[in-house]
Amino acid sequence: MAKISLKVNGETHEVDCDPATPLIYVLRNQLDLVGAKLGCGLEQCGACAVLVDGEHTLSCVRAASEFDRAEITTVEGLAKSGQPSAVQRAFIEEGAAQCGYCTAGLVIAATALLEKNPKPDDAEIREALDEHLCRCGSHLRVLKAIDRVVQGGGNA
Amino acid sequence: MPDSASLEKSPGLDKWISIGKDGRVLIHTGKVDIGQRISTALALIAAEELDVDISRIDIARTETGIDPDEGITSGSNSMEEAGNAVRAASATARRHLLSLAADSLGVDVSTLEISDGLIQSRGTNLSVTYEELADDQPFGIDVDPEALVKDPASYGIIGKPTVTLGLTEIVTGQPHFVQDMKMPGMLHARVVRPPHYKARLAALDDAVAERTSNSGCQLVRDGSFLAVASEDEFSAVKAAERLRENADWDLGEGLEPQDVFRRLVSNERVSLPVVDGLPQKEPVEPLKPAPDSAVSTLNARYEKPYLMHGSIGPSAAVALAEDDKLTIWSHSQGVYVLRASLSEALGMEMEDLTIHHVPGSGCYGHNGADDAAVDAALIALAIPGKPILLKWTREDEHAWEPYASCMAMDLTASIDDGGKVVAWSQETYSDTFGMRPRPEPGGAGPARLLPMQYRENGVTPLVPKPNMARHSGLHRNLDPLYTFENKRLVKNLVRDLPLRTSALRTLGAFANVFAIESFMDELAEEAGIDPVTFRMNHLEDQRAKDVLRAAADKLGWGDPVPDGRGRGIAFAQYKNIQAYAAVAVELEVNDKAEVVMHRVALAGDAGQIVDHAGLTAQYEGGFLQAASWTLYEEVTYDQTGITSRDWETYPILRFDNIPEIDTVLIDQPNEGFLGAGEGVSGPTAGAIANAVYNAAGLRLRRMPFTPDAIRAAAME
Repeated sequence: MAKISLKVNGETHEVDCDPATPLIYVLRNQLDLVGAKLGCGLEQCGACAVLVDGEHTLSCVRAASEFDRAEITTVEGLAKSGQPSAVQRAFIEEGAAQCGYCTAGLVIAATALLEKNPKPDDAEIREALDEHLCRCGSHLRVLKAIDRVVQGGGNA
Repeated sequence: MPDSASLEKSPGLDKWISIGKDGRVLIHTGKVDIGQRISTALALIAAEELDVDISRIDIARTETGIDPDEGITSGSNSMEEAGNAVRAASATARRHLLSLAADSLGVDVSTLEISDGLIQSRGTNLSVTYEELADDQPFGIDVDPEALVKDPASYGIIGKPTVTLGLTEIVTGQPHFVQDMKMPGMLHARVVRPPHYKARLAALDDAVAERTSNSGCQLVRDGSFLAVASEDEFSAVKAAERLRENADWDLGEGLEPQDVFRRLVSNERVSLPVVDGLPQKEPVEPLKPAPDSAVSTLNARYEKPYLMHGSIGPSAAVALAEDDKLTIWSHSQGVYVLRASLSEALGMEMEDLTIHHVPGSGCYGHNGADDAAVDAALIALAIPGKPILLKWTREDEHAWEPYASCMAMDLTASIDDGGKVVAWSQETYSDTFGMRPRPEPGGAGPARLLPMQYRENGVTPLVPKPNMARHSGLHRNLDPLYTFENKRLVKNLVRDLPLRTSALRTLGAFANVFAIESFMDELAEEAGIDPVTFRMNHLEDQRAKDVLRAAADKLGWGDPVPDGRGRGIAFAQYKNIQAYAAVAVELEVNDKAEVVMHRVALAGDAGQIVDHAGLTAQYEGGFLQAASWTLYEEVTYDQTGITSRDWETYPILRFDNIPEIDTVLIDQPNEGFLGAGEGVSGPTAGAIANAVYNAAGLRLRRMPFTPDAIRAAAME
């Protein structure tokens, strides 16, 4: 066991855990942030994506101890003063989810993309989502939701 | 309204609706939301019939013993069953509340108007609210199935855009799924599965067992059922991995590795003729020679491999055994049948078992949900007093879920000189789709629950009986909607196939419609008739024709096709009585032999539309999932077990192959609801196969249409 310090959604947390524990277990079980989902534990599906220093990062394999001193943002941290972010609003307005298990990861991927590139073209959007799997077939709604944000100025 | 099994089982209005002191209306249903937005549709129906704003409607998560028993959420039946029941219940409640209001206000009921649950008497200042009238008391009356429902022309809520229930919580990451549950003292658990179905636990090294308990994990063992539980999830994950590697497994003979498509048509089987969608307990007639009027006879065999549900979130459940009672939180699609099965399997009284539905990841049928609930139950019974959150791993889900069976379809048909089909024969070969939990006489029920087969003195595997219901099991949509003379249809339930199978979205319909719609194009070409016209010539149902026409028109059927691309179309009515769906596709086969989808038109008629966006999502999502099955998917295995154990070995559709999709929905405000969740799947495979042929001249008859399959076809 070791003490590690994690800065998540603007707050610093001291956590006791096996330093090899993948980040997602610490987020979900110790910090009660269940937005990131465990989908494969193999970095193959994207359901566990979070932002680390603004970069799209999968949290299901890499150890929590690797993220010491990093700024982590989970899907819960995207809302500002209780209001969903532009990307989140667009997902709601376009109905860009069915079961919703992959959705948080997709919201994170879209946010990471738009933060860097507010005017991505279609190929850039698809490339940014390439690691993400959706089984219900909400892909087209997700693309429309991102397009809606882009049309609105690209502010994620 | 149509006859309602839902209302026959739960006639009391209080089973369906309760009005809280705060004015919120709680709707109870036995149908669970699995991402198909049934709760949003039910909320719209209730809001409309009750004249209450939709923001005041809640849909209860189904709990055994409390909510109505509506069987399994399956077969695209939820709108026809729960939708109609909730509509009748809401109309009954509205009428009853109006009558109470008239008495309470001392006015004639004809003077009353309702606005968002406030009842006012016209021309007076007299009013009373639903919650005042309900006064936290039960209604104490039965639902009147014939209660007058609103004229769709007067709708104020249905038809307006609405936000999907639960979507805001999902998008903002609030707890929603069973995997997100947290309870005081909860332990995280993992099951250690054998390497394959036939392997059994021979021995467990004492040192490994000791190391497991030293790492703070509790070991649960019952025969070959092996599990670990720990306060710390990662400790349970590591302990399970260690046990899997170090346990001594008796591997037995392994899985039968012979070519499954050969086995499908050569193994022992139960063969039954199917007439009007219904299997007959009669001998199968041999195929007759073509009639005299035939100018041409074609035959072809189509094939589909095993497919998996492939839920993105592996199955999970929470279970708590306390005071001789067992409570389970599960994403099962049938909490009542699961409870009955568990009662039988565990020898517990039904009233000592409670199952709450909590959403899981999209399931599309009988995935690992029910088995995970049983796993959790077994662990909880071994560690009483502690809530157990059991999660399957990705590998558990890929290797142990019950798959959709591989299938083969043999078709033979003759056309006359006018291009009319004068004889049609189809034989379909498949394993069962019917292994959901169900209590059965003779103790056969527990064999339907995977973990029961691995306990000490485990149950023997069940040999399933042929499903005799209309358009069910492997013969779903075996009978085409087209008007054909001399139809010969046969279902073959094949024995001794190697993999575990059960219900996946559409059951047999996906492959049957793939075969029918591919063959229709082969016949149309033989007759020299355009595929749309050829289908129209064999359709009588105007709604079917309208849907086919709508898809063709939307894609621009008949307009010039861009260079290098091809178009295909296909049609079916689900079970020949539910939603109509036509799919038109424009795609190319590129220089890497990949199928790239460009434009898609979907057309549907699902009767009266309640939630337009939700219905569109069912058509779009159904198309994309079926396109994934068609182009990419195949469960693989060898003697050592399942070899498609992750997303690299079982690839599915990604964002790089998502076409533009236009969906045309034909609303029928004065017709009943038609179940729509599965309608588009079969036509999708047919349309893609036909478009590949149109684009590349390759008639692909075995899915998936991978680059390897396309190259192999091109070499022939």
